[in-house]
Amino acid sequence: MKSLSALKARLLRATSTLNRIIGAPDYEGYLRHQHACHPDRAPLTRDEFVKQRLEDRYSRPGARCC
Amino acid sequence: MRRLQSVAIWILVAACGAGAFAWIALNRGERVSAAWLVTAAVCFYVVAYRFYSRIIAANIFALDANRKTPSERLNDGRDYVPTNRWVVFGHHFAAIAGPGPLVGPTLAAQFGFLPGALWIVIGVALGGAVQDFVILAASVRRNGKSLGQMAKEEIGPIAGLTALVAILGIMIVLIAVLALVVVNALGESPWGVVTVGLTIPIALLMGAYMRWIRPHKVLEATVMGLILLVVALYVGRGVAENPALAPLFTLSRTTLAWSIMIYGFAASVLPVWLLLAPRDYLSAFVKIGVVVALALGVLLVLPPLEMPAITRFVDGTGPVFAGKVFPFCFITIACGAISGFHSLISSGTTPKLLERETDARFIGYGAMLTESLVATLALIAACMLTPGTYFAINAPPSAIGTTAESAAAAIANWGFTLDPEQFKALTASVGETKLLSRTGGAPSLAVGMAHLFSNVLGGGTAMALWYHFAIMFEALFILTTLDAGTRVGRFMLQDLLRHVYEPLGRVAWYPAVVFSSGLFVAAWGYFLYQGVVDPLGGINSLWPLFGIANQLLALVALCVGTTVIIKMGKAKFAWITLLPLTWLAIVTMTAGWLKIFSDDPKLGFLSHARLVQEQVAAGNLPANVKSAADAARLVMNDRIDAAVAAFFMISVVIVITSSAREWLAVVGGRKPAISTEIPFEPRAVAVGD
Repeated sequence: MKSLSALKARLLRATSTLNRIIGAPDYEGYLRHQHACHPDRAPLTRDEFVKQRLEDRYSRPGARCC
Repeated sequence: MRRLQSVAIWILVAACGAGAFAWIALNRGERVSAAWLVTAAVCFYVVAYRFYSRIIAANIFALDANRKTPSERLNDGRDYVPTNRWVVFGHHFAAIAGPGPLVGPTLAAQFGFLPGALWIVIGVALGGAVQDFVILAASVRRNGKSLGQMAKEEIGPIAGLTALVAILGIMIVLIAVLALVVVNALGESPWGVVTVGLTIPIALLMGAYMRWIRPHKVLEATVMGLILLVVALYVGRGVAENPALAPLFTLSRTTLAWSIMIYGFAASVLPVWLLLAPRDYLSAFVKIGVVVALALGVLLVLPPLEMPAITRFVDGTGPVFAGKVFPFCFITIACGAISGFHSLISSGTTPKLLERETDARFIGYGAMLTESLVATLALIAACMLTPGTYFAINAPPSAIGTTAESAAAAIANWGFTLDPEQFKALTASVGETKLLSRTGGAPSLAVGMAHLFSNVLGGGTAMALWYHFAIMFEALFILTTLDAGTRVGRFMLQDLLRHVYEPLGRVAWYPAVVFSSGLFVAAWGYFLYQGVVDPLGGINSLWPLFGIANQLLALVALCVGTTVIIKMGKAKFAWITLLPLTWLAIVTMTAGWLKIFSDDPKLGFLSHARLVQEQVAAGNLPANVKSAADAARLVMNDRIDAAVAAFFMISVVIVITSSAREWLAVVGGRKPAISTEIPFEPRAVAVGD
């Protein structure tokens, strides 16, 4: 049982790494940051956060090249 | 003892590299194995990374792991996020690498493998990687400021404005030429059209999946997308082999050009989650996959290079594109040696993610070396084809005619051999009806990759699948550059139009969105269409324009870098950016001048326009031109191309003179050397915790 949860944790870490490499919005990281630094403010929902990140990513040069 | 060991290792690495170079240099007249080229390149990269990049890291910026980075100081969980160096490396590499390092070296292979190989390897160490690293370090020290902002603040408002307009101009030419590469790869190819066409519904499906079925499950959707890509490959084959369906999907190049314009427009106005984001995820995986596969293929097969080290076309008479090896080899290969576009990434997302500023060396210099290796591998894949095959695929019909026999005759004239029957067999083996004059680089690279892969896996029967696999990959990341680029271009245009009429700047107002998207697509669509109908093949005029534009942006970046270094009080190290800057200034100005004013109508835009006019006046139309109106349009296109080249050259002069004035003022003591860096702030916890 213990090895199963360890495996799951490792899988989660791997998927999070891949997600960040391909540039997918990292909501968990954002939540951690909000809880640590701005516990008084209500964080964005996942939908809001993802929408905002994607809009931002494709509106300026600096994220893609030839 | 450790020190002695280290010295011994580095001497060994340097000797290996020098030995491999010597082997290539001395082995004239015989076929050289790709192994030597890979060894020489890798040893050179390793030595450059260890010793040359150290000058920038230690002597110039004095990068300090205990200095706070923007990601720590401004951590907001969004843009500024301290991130593991390997993750940033992967992200940065996926952002800088694209079709550029694959296509450029393939085209430049017409000079033989040596000029391209030397420029890729030396150019990256002294130019491209220096640019990426210096801009990244400068931006990290300025809270992740963009290149445009730094140009404005470090050099002056005129340089800043020139940089902005230049970026827009480059994006227009870049998108047009990349779209032309796709059009040439897919024209008259039902298999390719169906496979690449299916990637659009696949992306829409992924978008819908991440929105409604399993919200935000990015990796699940991407894995599904990757599996569907393989399905699309087989569906494409099914269609191509079906006599009833194949003609429906056999599209002319003009139809394809229009379709791509519609696609670009749609990508710019549709919500990003639906099309852009899923394609981007898919493309990032595919990109890394292709690079790894290409490396494995070359390393496992170690093919001999069939192309001679230097061909006769260094004299400027080459069929792939006109112009001598100097300056055109250095224009044709931009990405892979030095690419100005990278400076936008190095001053975009990446500086906001660095956890330690010392990571800038690994990411800025290291990722560019990796891209250079990709370019070397692409060069090998092009040069492992026999020269006859290479020229049959890459030369336009105006040079080799439209049958395998006429091509064989023309190629024999150049001193190479092409067996028409063998070429027809090759065409059939990759599942195409036409491989002749598929210019643009992508198809010949795909043939090279298909050779490599089928050697490792599947044998000769898998050639067709591997060929279309490679075409799909290349088209996928070209279209990802195209759609994201169109959207970014739309935003930049709106930002400019805002000054003309305020509502045009509103990014959520539909009429403004449609108008500016249409305008931007029309701009690159114009060049694309011109390239498609160009009797000389299009690549001949557009690829050099793109190269000049890209090197112009590199000049802007190197000017910013030099200014930053001088203002830091490190003027004695300014040669590190001045060296590539001087070289690029010579190269872009010479190439720009020749493209505009050369007397050779194949090379100079104006002399070509004059030739067409004279021919029309004499009552006979140039080859492949149907009417006098078409000829008039050809003249018009030549003049516009000349004006674009002139615009890029004037921009070069403006940026260099305004920077030089700034440098002289600081060095001459008329202006104090004040760095605009954010002052040193120690990290709360020392490194090593």
